[in-house]
Formats: sequence, C-alpha cells, structure tokens
Amino acid sequence: MSHAIKRPDFAVIAGWMKPGESVLDLGCGAGELLLLLAERGLRGWGIERDPGHVLAAIENGVNVIQSDLEEGLAGFENDAFDHVVLSRTLQTMRHTQQILAEMLRVGREAVVSFPNFAYWKNRLAILNGRMPVSEDLPYQWYDTPNVRFFTMLDFESLCKEMGIVIRERQVLDEKGLLVTEEHNFLGSLAVYRIGRPR
Amino acid sequence: MEDKRSIGPVEARRVVFDEPFVFAAGKALPQWELVYETYGTLNAARTNAILVCHALSGHHHVAGWYADNPKNLGWWDNMIGPGKPIDTERFFVVGVNNLGGCHGSTGPASLDPATGEPWGADFPVVTVPDWVRAQARLADHLGIEQWAAVVGGSLGGMQALQWTIDLPERVRHALVIAAAPKLTAENIAFNDVARQAIITDPDFHGGHFYRYDTRPQRGLRLARMLGHITYLSDDQMAEKFGRKRRSGAGSYSFDVEFEVESYLHYQGDKFAGIFDANTYLLMTRALDYFDPAAPYGDDLAAALARAQAGFLVISFSTDWRFSPARSREIVNALVKNQQPVSYAEIASQHGHDSFLMADSYYHAVVAAYMANVET
Repeated sequence: MSHAIKRPDFAVIAGWMKPGESVLDLGCGAGELLLLLAERGLRGWGIERDPGHVLAAIENGVNVIQSDLEEGLAGFENDAFDHVVLSRTLQTMRHTQQILAEMLRVGREAVVSFPNFAYWKNRLAILNGRMPVSEDLPYQWYDTPNVRFFTMLDFESLCKEMGIVIRERQVLDEKGLLVTEEHNFLGSLAVYRIGRPR
Repeated sequence: MEDKRSIGPVEARRVVFDEPFVFAAGKALPQWELVYETYGTLNAARTNAILVCHALSGHHHVAGWYADNPKNLGWWDNMIGPGKPIDTERFFVVGVNNLGGCHGSTGPASLDPATGEPWGADFPVVTVPDWVRAQARLADHLGIEQWAAVVGGSLGGMQALQWTIDLPERVRHALVIAAAPKLTAENIAFNDVARQAIITDPDFHGGHFYRYDTRPQRGLRLARMLGHITYLSDDQMAEKFGRKRRSGAGSYSFDVEFEVESYLHYQGDKFAGIFDANTYLLMTRALDYFDPAAPYGDDLAAALARAQAGFLVISFSTDWRFSPARSREIVNALVKNQQPVSYAEIASQHGHDSFLMADSYYHAVVAAYMANVET
C-alpha cells in the first residue's frame, strides 16, 4: 500500500467506491489508483497522455488508453461508468467546465481532487511575495504543469454555477491527514464527490 | 550482419488438409495446404502459443532466416525472437501464409484438380473469416486449443480482431496494430485503382496469365507504387527524398529525375518480380470486404461483445491509411462493453509502415503487454 501513503487522496477516493463498480481514471499516470481499486474488486480504465506513463500503466497491467483529456471524452457513451476520477489534474487543464460536464456525462458520478490554493502556507507565501511551493504544489512557477489556480471556495461556486451537486468532501493537510475544521485555510488537498443536478 | 537476438535459422513447414475448405463465397477447395513456420517451444500445457497474422504482402516467414539464404530475414524479425518484445524464450510463435497467398499455401498459382491448370482468376474470393477458419485448422493440427495471443498489423490486425469475434474461446489476447474495424470508401478506392492497374495490364489475361507464361508486371508495379505512397507519410517522404534530383537530372523529360520516383520504381519492380497478381487482387478484396460488425447490425460493440480476449490496440500518428481515429473506434467499442483494453498511439514518422519498424517506444509497449500475458 505504499502508493496510498504517497497519495493520501487515493484512500479517500477508494473509500467512496464499491466492489464490482466500474471506474474511469482521467490522467491515470502509471495506474496506481487503478491498481488500488482493482485490489478492491473494481473494474477500471485509465486515460493518459504521457507516453512514459502509458508504458508504465501497461507494465502494471491496468487498462490504459492513450488520449488527451483536452480533447474531451467524445468516444465514451453516456453513463458508461459508475465513477469518473480526475485526481490532481483539473488544475492542469484549460477546459475546466467542459471536462467537468463530460465527466458527469460518461459517469454516474465523479471524483475530483486538487491542490487548494487557499491553504494557509500558500497564502503566507503570497504574503511574503513569492508563489507557493508545497507538498501538493511541488513546482516552481516556471515549470509547473498547473494552469488554473483555484481554491475550494472557487470550486464550490463553479459547481453551483454549473448545477453540479457536491455529495461529499474530504480535505487533507500536507501530511495527508484529514482536516476537520477551517477547511479552506487548513486544507492542502481537497477531494470532492460530485453528481449531476437532481 | 547477424543479430545476436534473432531466432536464427528457421525452416518452413507444410500441412496438407485432406478435407474440403468451403469459403464464405460458397466455392470450395477439395483439399488445401498451408505453409507455416514456428519459433520457440510449445509448452507441455500448450498454453504459450502465439499466432502472427500477416498483412497484404506478408507471409509465413516472420522471424529468423533460412540456412541456405541468410539474407532472407523474416518480415517481423525485429519484433519476434529471444528477448524481443514477442519473446520466443517464453512463447511458441506461429507464422502462416494465408489461403490465396503466393508463398506456398494453396493459392491462385496452385493447380485446380478439376482442370489440372493453375486456379488463376478462378481461385475463390477469400475473406478474413475464411482465413480465421483456416488458421484454426492449423491450430488444431498443432494441438493448440487456445492462443495465448493472436497478433497482427494492418490486415493482420484485422484477422486478430476477427479471431476474437468468431472463435472467442480460443483467444486469450489480441494485439491489433495499425488496423481499422472496416475500410473507408477512400481506402477501398485505393485498392480499386491498384486492382485496375493489374486487371487492365494486357499480360493479365483475365487472371490466367500462367497459361501464357507471362505476368502482369506493369500492373503489379503500378499497384505497388500506389500502395507505397499510401503507406508512407508526407513528412517522411519530404525528409527521405525531398525534391532531391538524381545526378544528371534537368533534361526536361519524363525520365526518372526525382529521387522519390527512383525509389517508387525500385519498390514497384522489386514487388512485381516476386508477387502474384491474383494474390494481390484477393488480398485487397479481403480488405475491402472486412466488416466484422456487419453480421451484428453494423454495431461493432455488439460484435466485439462476444470476445473473451484482452486487447492491446496500437496506432501510429502519421498513419493516414489506417489512422489513429480508426483504432479508437475499436477501443471505444471495447470500452463500451467494459472489456479489457489498452491503447497506445505511437508518435512515428513512418506512416502505415511504422508497424514494421523497430521504434523503441512501440516495441517497449508490446513487450510490456506481452510480459503480462500468462503462458
């Protein structure tokens, strides 16, 4: 379970899923989450753009489809999956609203995790006149893959605007421990379970 | 130059089936033969066998070389051998020349027992499902109940796909490379021009040129030149030939002046010298007719729902004859059915021919997938 320690959000995500369900993992990397979910009896497919990651995922024996998320999920049917996951990837995508809508088209529900820009250490860095670098934002400003910088409050207001229902939320600090209060201040990584408008 | 990791010297074998083979088109062969090669060792449980299906101009000589002709290297020797992506130290690999071929299996140049003459144009039109049934009889002959994998590129990939639909319990994995679920109109059109080049050659004699001890070389040459253009990419041609002239060019004539012309002529001549025109017609027709979804209400997912195999689908970025989008159709149908599939789109300069090239990433992907194929 070494990857669960490295990626504390995986444990949260896996906790929201049941054996026998199907999952599509967007930006699946080497397939660590899919492996974890396979251990728990889920059937999974991953989408990944990076050739090195695709190769690693095939080595890991997970189902991986090489494709660019920015081009959407057009090849997939409505309601094709029980869950669609986008972990630590939304902030790297330009077409934010499109991908959220697409996730909720092909999945009955979706899970999104992202670094919270409003985490207190990030706020402190900005106050001190520098762009934040942390466990969950581990890049320098000039080499970051992140193109969207947003906070939990920002995300929640976008969901409201799009009519997306937030079903559950778990917030983690830099150590991967659950945050129970002042989420937008103390939370370094946010994990949301979202669904279509009722 | 000996490749240390080649399987080394190999021999072709022949199996005679003393039974009729009835084609989808209705015609039958009273008896028929397949020429094949095998590499590696079939394990005691007979669970490590891999079938390699060949494309339009391919054959059974997939890997290694012949003791009496070391230069004659198998067409996929870079992929198949000891320690190679399809590892002959783990797998027992079978290459076969398809029915209708011109490399030793029963085909248009074989004698029709009814007339004592070569079949020629009277050889039955053969389809991909026909090939699958013939290959299954070869599997029976070799004592292989189930293939660990069926592998092929282009028309070979189409056979792999057809295997998973027609004989699902006999295929554990399918590697479908640079293929498509069916041809587009444009693709059929290319094939038709190639066929017309052959059929309108005065030396074709309605397909019975053997009687006249001649061959429609000009037609075959044109067919191959056209084919080659479609198998390469524009970028690759620009890089390889550009507008380079041959020495002494500039004569304002229609002689060969550009390097690309010289290359195409060479390829056309080489092919026309060895390939059978009737086989070329049959193979391109099999491509045209290939449509595994047709019996399932034109629903590819419904057709593939029968499959029990795990799939690896591979396409190449510069392949415009069988573009990545066509491979994605296969992938999307499999995902719709929630079937196991991985898909890689390889960035490659070599167009459709990329599937034959030793690209390190492409080979790593195949090796990674094969490493997880249980024997």
